[in-house]
Amino acid sequence: MFPDEFDYHEAESVSEAVDLLEAHAMEETELLAGGHSLLPAMKTGLSSPDVLIDISGVDELRGVSVDGDTLSVGAMTRYSEVLDDDAAHEHAPALTAAIEQLGDRQVRNRGTVGGNLSHADPASDLPGPALVSDATLVVHGPDGERSVPAEEFFFGMYATDIGPSELLVRVELPSADGAVGTYAKKPSPASGYPMVGVSALVATDGDAVSSVRVAANGVMDHGVRLEPVEDALTGETLGDDAIEAAASYAADDLDEAMMMDDLQASAAFRAQLLEVYTKRALQDASERVSASAAAD
Amino acid sequence: MAEHDITLTVNGTEHELEVESRTLLVHALRDELGYTGTNVGCETSTCGACTVHLDGDAVKSCTLLAVQADGATVDTVEGLADHGEFHPIQTGFQEEHGLQCGYCTPGMMMTATDLLEENPDPSREEIREGLEGNLCRCTGYQNIVNAVENAAETMGSGAVADGGSVEELAGGDACASDPNAGAETTDRCEVRWPDEGESE
Repeated sequence: MFPDEFDYHEAESVSEAVDLLEAHAMEETELLAGGHSLLPAMKTGLSSPDVLIDISGVDELRGVSVDGDTLSVGAMTRYSEVLDDDAAHEHAPALTAAIEQLGDRQVRNRGTVGGNLSHADPASDLPGPALVSDATLVVHGPDGERSVPAEEFFFGMYATDIGPSELLVRVELPSADGAVGTYAKKPSPASGYPMVGVSALVATDGDAVSSVRVAANGVMDHGVRLEPVEDALTGETLGDDAIEAAASYAADDLDEAMMMDDLQASAAFRAQLLEVYTKRALQDASERVSASAAAD
Repeated sequence: MAEHDITLTVNGTEHELEVESRTLLVHALRDELGYTGTNVGCETSTCGACTVHLDGDAVKSCTLLAVQADGATVDTVEGLADHGEFHPIQTGFQEEHGLQCGYCTPGMMMTATDLLEENPDPSREEIREGLEGNLCRCTGYQNIVNAVENAAETMGSGAVADGGSVEELAGGDACASDPNAGAETTDRCEVRWPDEGESE
């Protein structure tokens, strides 16, 4: 399988990438990051851009850093680099929990956080963690930077708030501040992409849940918060009964007619999986909270 | 700008070549440079048969443009053996019968060596997780896990340096570490373990 012919340009800085995007505005242009979504699409003919702008080597887009209470992940930071970073595990446990289950070893050596979020595949693993982490996505264009909350970033299938001459430069995540992050996913046996993936970030005060955020990938055309679950669990004692009750509301705000429905899983099956995997994500959080309490 | 001059350092040998933008790394390695040890399997980033090391990390070379690898160091299965001596992962696959048809084996070994570099003493579960991006349709994986365990033990114990148990193995093309290096390594290559007490 070969991609159609295209022109390849390597950008060495964010401003050069923006210049290239503007210079090729009249052609079909794609930004190349890790390439693990784009190149398969090009090889199968689903995507045939005229121009590729490779931003994977732009230094200012790479790396993890902590500034005060915020963890910043450069858009071209590879998954494996995030997992190698202790600060990422400490401050963004929901993100690292999902990355640990993302793809396989080789994919994690190559794929990037920013590529994942920009591509906005409904079955991506990272929109959920971005939502529960209350992440801010920083986008750079001809007029400079602007910040977009994760809640407003994802428009739908492969559609985001990134404009034609813009690129995602980094993701800023407020520190989880001791909250426990988990990810429970039902992968497609063929592709490894989640049919349903549930991300949870749970903070406790004693035995009670002081705050909880839950979001799902793979169910709707973009990642979605599961607020009825959050409302049901907040203030409750984190245990099997409360978790089971809360998870039963997982699909309450979601229109089943709009759910993803394909050869791998019908919408009705996804709704069922959503409840099960919401329960598993929360049970995992409960076990981790108990384990860390026992360790103290 | 459809053609690009690139430099790849493959198994220690520097190559300059011209590639189209759309040439995948695996095709540059196989078709342009002759490193046919790296196999093309599914072509959809799933099976891992094309796994090579790019600047030290295991990657699927069917999901990478050759031009993206410009200036990089690439290690393929041909580079595992050291002057005709098997790498412990190769010995592990041989001793544990970690292959049947052998098609997945180059990718399995390249992923396994990447795993062992990060985690020199993995559990069986960690080996299975580490190899989840490599598919084998013959062995049922059991012996592949055994092979990686075997290699981890060998590498951990320094058994290679101390001399192994296999006296001599007949070599074929598989021991040619570099198809471009000339007759010295390609005409005939004996793969053997150092004898007890033999110095390097």
